[in-house]
Parts: sequence; structure tokens; C-alpha cells
Amino acid sequence: MDVGLMQMQRRLAEYTSALFKEGILDSQYVQLQELQDESNPDFVVEVVSLFFTDSEKLLNDLSRDLAQQNVDFRRVDAHVHQLKGSSSSIGAERVKNACIVFRNFCQEKNIPGCQRCLQQIKQEFLLVKSKLETLFKLEQQVVAAGGSIPTSGSLPTMQQPIL
Amino acid sequence: VTALVVDDNKVSQMIHHQLLNVLGIVNHVVGNGKEAVEIHSSGKKFDLVLMDRDMPVMNGIEATKKLRDMGVKSTIAGVSSHSLSEERQEFIEAGLDDYHEKPLTIAKLVSVVSKIKYKA
Repeated sequence: MDVGLMQMQRRLAEYTSALFKEGILDSQYVQLQELQDESNPDFVVEVVSLFFTDSEKLLNDLSRDLAQQNVDFRRVDAHVHQLKGSSSSIGAERVKNACIVFRNFCQEKNIPGCQRCLQQIKQEFLLVKSKLETLFKLEQQVVAAGGSIPTSGSLPTMQQPIL
Repeated sequence: VTALVVDDNKVSQMIHHQLLNVLGIVNHVVGNGKEAVEIHSSGKKFDLVLMDRDMPVMNGIEATKKLRDMGVKSTIAGVSSHSLSEERQEFIEAGLDDYHEKPLTIAKLVSVVSKIKYKA
């Protein structure tokens, strides 16, 4: 095997492993990888890209909501709930955890607490975005060099009717 | 097997749609409870409904009650990020056959599908 490819694959494996060790990603990200198949070869990139776009909009909405003279905490909570759901669905563990803390401050109607949490969520979001963009670049390099991205296991299929 | 995904979160929609695809389940996606009721009113039937709890326009609790009132016998599985037992109980009592906490995984979905009782 090409030594250069082996080094790229090793770098990809180490980078991926670090993301899990640092708590930036959790096991739900592995679930996404398992859903990627020949009929949907770009599924992970597509769903993560959707997460990025959706989250940026939600973060802008939250900044605007918290800048209002009379903060509508139900609206703030609804947006944070959405962001928590999305981040949990793609395995962005630290973003999800920051959302949980935010919702607590929201219930207390604690504006300074909410504002601090929003900054924390923005930081965690930018971090996971940067890390995943790097991960995708590394994966592209491996594929371009003739390698493949490791996936785990095979899925059951429901070819026969249940009844 | 056919399924309906009812969720207002676009990331969840995409993931649940693909989860069902890889299990070979033909599925349709709508964005809230009202759309779920309307698609059933139009005559469409599904073996399985994956129902989110918190949605605008009509939430999952209301939509589940309405579908049961309409005589829909499909397996309705609630999928929510609410962990409090009271919130979960309220959703179950609306007429669910199953309930799972988000995020949905392959294992959870296989468990849900194994409980489908009626073929639409």
C-alpha cells in the first residue's frame, strides 16, 4: 500500500479519535456514519451542513431575542430546544450540553445567565464546525488518494413485510 | 412497510428519513402535526408514524389524539427529547404505541418496527 495513503489514513483516524476523546462528538455521530451508504454516499456531509446552516440561523435568532427590551423567554426556549435537538441528532455533544445549561437559565428568566450561555454555545458551535470541516477535508484527501473511509458494521434491511 | 415522519426540525427530518430508507421502509416527511392529520385525511395510510412532540401549529400530543379520533390504527411512536416522566406520560396517554427519546438510533428504530401490529 502507498505509504502516503497510510499516513493520511492514520492522521484521519487519530483526528477522529481525538474528537471523541475531547467530547466534541459523541456516539450519535457514529450512527450518522452508519447511515451513509452507496445510495447516499454524502449523507454525513449533507446532514452536518444542514446542521451548520440551521444552527447559524438559530444563533442569530437567539442574539436578536435576547437583545429585546422585553425578552420573550418562551421564544428563546423554543429556539434553544431546536438547537439542542439538532446538535444531539448529529452528535455535537458540547453544543448539546451548553443548550441544556441555557434552558435552565431560561426557565429562571435569568438574562445575564442566558447571554453567557449564548456566548458559550457560539464558541462550542464554531469549534465543532471547524473540527468537522477539517475532518471532512482529511476524508476527501484519503478518498482522492485512492483510500476509503472506514465505516462500522452492516445494517439490517426490512425487505419482507412485517405482516 | 410504510412510514410517516412528523417533525419540524429539518436535521431530525433528514436523519429519520435516512434511518427508514436504510431499513428499506418507504417514507414520507411532514413538518408538524396538522400536516400529519391532513395527509391522513387525504386518504393516505402508513404502517408507522414517527411523531415528534414539540412542533408549531399542532404538536405531537394533539396530532396523536386527532389521528386516533379519526380511527387511525397505525403504530404511532413518539420521539421526543423530553426526559421528564410526566411529559412522557402525557404523550403516551394521547395514544402512542411506543415512545423513544431522541436522538433516534438504528437499534431504537428496529425495536419500533418490530412492534408494528397493523398493516395499512
